[in-house]
Amino acid sequence: MLSRTADNLFWLSRYVERAESLARILETTQRLAALPSAYGGKTNEWESAVETAGVAPGFFSKHEEANTETVVSYLVFDRDNPSSILNCFETARHNARSVRTALTMEMWEAINGAWLELRRTPDRKLAGEELTRFLGWVKEIGLRFDGSASRTMLRNDIYDFSRLGMLLERADNTARILDVKYHLLLPDEGEVGGGLDYYQWSAILRAVSAVTSYHWVYRQSLKPWLVADLLILNDQLPRSLAACYGQLVRHLDELARAYGRQGQAQRLARATRSGLENAEIKQIFQGGLHEFITGFIGDNNRLGLAIHEQYLA
Amino acid sequence: MPAATFDEMTLSDGSVREAYGQLSEWLSTAPADLLDYRVKEAELLFRRIGITFAVYGDAQAQERLIPFDIIPRILTNTEWLTLKAGLEQRVKALNMYISDVYGKREILKAGIVPNDLVFQNAAFRPEMAGKAPPHDLWVHIAGIDIVRVDAETFYVLEDNARTPSGVSYMLENREVMIRLFPELFSRHRVAPVERYADELLATLRSVAPRSSSSEPNIVLLTPGVYNSAYYEHSFLADKLGIELVEGRDLFVRDDVVYMRTTEGPQRVDVIYRRLDDEFLDPLVFRPDSALGVPGLISAYHAGNVTLTNAIGTGVADDKAIYSYMPEIIKFYLGTEPLLKNVPTHRCREPEALKYVLDHLDELVVKEVHGSGGYGMLVGPHATKEQIELFRAKLNASPAGFIAQPTLALSTCPTYVNQGVAPRHVDLRPFVLTGSDEVRIVPGGLTRVAMKEGSLVVNSSQGGGTKDTWVLDE
Repeated sequence: MLSRTADNLFWLSRYVERAESLARILETTQRLAALPSAYGGKTNEWESAVETAGVAPGFFSKHEEANTETVVSYLVFDRDNPSSILNCFETARHNARSVRTALTMEMWEAINGAWLELRRTPDRKLAGEELTRFLGWVKEIGLRFDGSASRTMLRNDIYDFSRLGMLLERADNTARILDVKYHLLLPDEGEVGGGLDYYQWSAILRAVSAVTSYHWVYRQSLKPWLVADLLILNDQLPRSLAACYGQLVRHLDELARAYGRQGQAQRLARATRSGLENAEIKQIFQGGLHEFITGFIGDNNRLGLAIHEQYLA
Repeated sequence: MPAATFDEMTLSDGSVREAYGQLSEWLSTAPADLLDYRVKEAELLFRRIGITFAVYGDAQAQERLIPFDIIPRILTNTEWLTLKAGLEQRVKALNMYISDVYGKREILKAGIVPNDLVFQNAAFRPEMAGKAPPHDLWVHIAGIDIVRVDAETFYVLEDNARTPSGVSYMLENREVMIRLFPELFSRHRVAPVERYADELLATLRSVAPRSSSSEPNIVLLTPGVYNSAYYEHSFLADKLGIELVEGRDLFVRDDVVYMRTTEGPQRVDVIYRRLDDEFLDPLVFRPDSALGVPGLISAYHAGNVTLTNAIGTGVADDKAIYSYMPEIIKFYLGTEPLLKNVPTHRCREPEALKYVLDHLDELVVKEVHGSGGYGMLVGPHATKEQIELFRAKLNASPAGFIAQPTLALSTCPTYVNQGVAPRHVDLRPFVLTGSDEVRIVPGGLTRVAMKEGSLVVNSSQGGGTKDTWVLDE
């Protein structure tokens, strides 16, 4: 396969995944921001949304204050923000078009349909119910793209590269959500059972669609270390770091098998995965959650670079 | 004024030509709403494949959707065999001419083609002088535009020897017709066109450099997604099962071309390029071209890669050289041309210019280097102002123009808003020349001027397309 084709597939999936993550972050933020201030304290939820999306510098160079209007406009419609939902779909479609024949009809229609629909949506202020509906639609596009990929694609290197992009982006996103909220997960800080933390923890879970899963797995009320355990180490949760790395290793192994050659990407992914397999949440807290997550985000970026050098350049 | 128009279905006495017998009967007995319904169905189908047209055409895609007419254009096998022999002869002569122009230049020495038409031609590539591409073949894929004026007479209107396009429409049109009109196909024996992809692949394989392995690696080089023909490029690459590459996917090391793949560099032997000469290699041609591959020409000269078509073929297909094609055929093949040329006045010649200026209202005047129906005067349909404008242009640079009598292009029944009505058509068959044989799938792309009375069939000027049937008698 052409390296450019693989590169396009990889980034196509990354951008679709990123758009979906942004929709989840915005949805969660909208919900938290709507809580009475007695539950919300003084935290600015919109500001932490910008940080979770990893676009704080760009945002604050354009806007002084983070509120519904400025954040929605920047994260959804702003063309100056390379990661806005609009730009994500735009780039995804551009990539899809360049590799049209490597995609199945269903995948193409999911992404092209989203792009056409979004073009019909004029840049405008979305709020309230309209915003909720829009974010639901973005998540649906992610589901449709992902679903049609897993239902219609041949299991070959094309599939592997598109999965790699999605998984790498997903791991990055989960780690960022944890990073922005890590202080809330420190067991010794904050008032135990305080209203604020409770809703913050559930917001973290909601951002990765894991509220129900949490209860299924732990069968008890929300505890910060268990939330961290679920999102980092529990490989049953599709968006956990452990699950993402289990899959990353699998797809990299598939590639190594198909091409008869291993490289740095395989080694890095395996090292990170075994780190996650052997870790316990207690140790992670002892070493510092923030340090752990920062380290993980760095490893994840290095894996992205290694994949690029090994296959996509 | 032009003679009466020849309609390919109905003669002037009202009788129906034999090849169209079944179609005519079907048209007259088909319920009125059936045709309407099929048109809508065709639209729907094309919108679906059409999504592909639209998507590849970008934001203004809808406008670039080429109208498709549901009524086929029919040729008998006898007519086709005549055309086929003429096409083979013509393309053979084109190849010999180009080889000669870049080689021994015998035709120039013999004084048959004037020197300046070659050496001052913008499409002449001095880099190719004294060089021969693999197998000494230049035009592997040609699109020869043909018009018909009566039952016996076909004219060649234009030779496209660079990167002719439109073959994807020929193939898509047939697919749509088979789905929509199975009952018509059961009444006719229509020669299939679906082998085109295989024929093209066989042609490309046959011209691989002699040094390449027995399994040559063939790629299609596109300028990229923003090119208006990108849809066709990706369509063909897909049908042929070859990689669709852009310049940045290729690189040259030690005069060998490689493509960057996920498994490392892979050697490339044949490049079916849909990129114009001047963009191919920034080291040799336009240094600002980001579409090409640095070092490609050096690899080409080293004989390590085949480009289809070869570099510099444009020297054979402009409208000035066109007028010399009958002499060119005679010179190389020693035979009379089987397909006629439209009588052409070369405005570079003073007497011809005088005649043209005196008859502007009767003639079609074309720019020598124009294409796509631009820069053209159709005398009988032009306003006084347009005629005067061309008079001024002609006086300013006569060598830039040729003129031809207004041909009464044949018409074909076409489904338009008012029902079925005659519209003017042309035909572009695609001629594939390999080192082993010449391959032509029966028929080609029929283009139709959708506007009543219009003679301009180019898609950029509102022309449409039809499926072309060669009846296998």
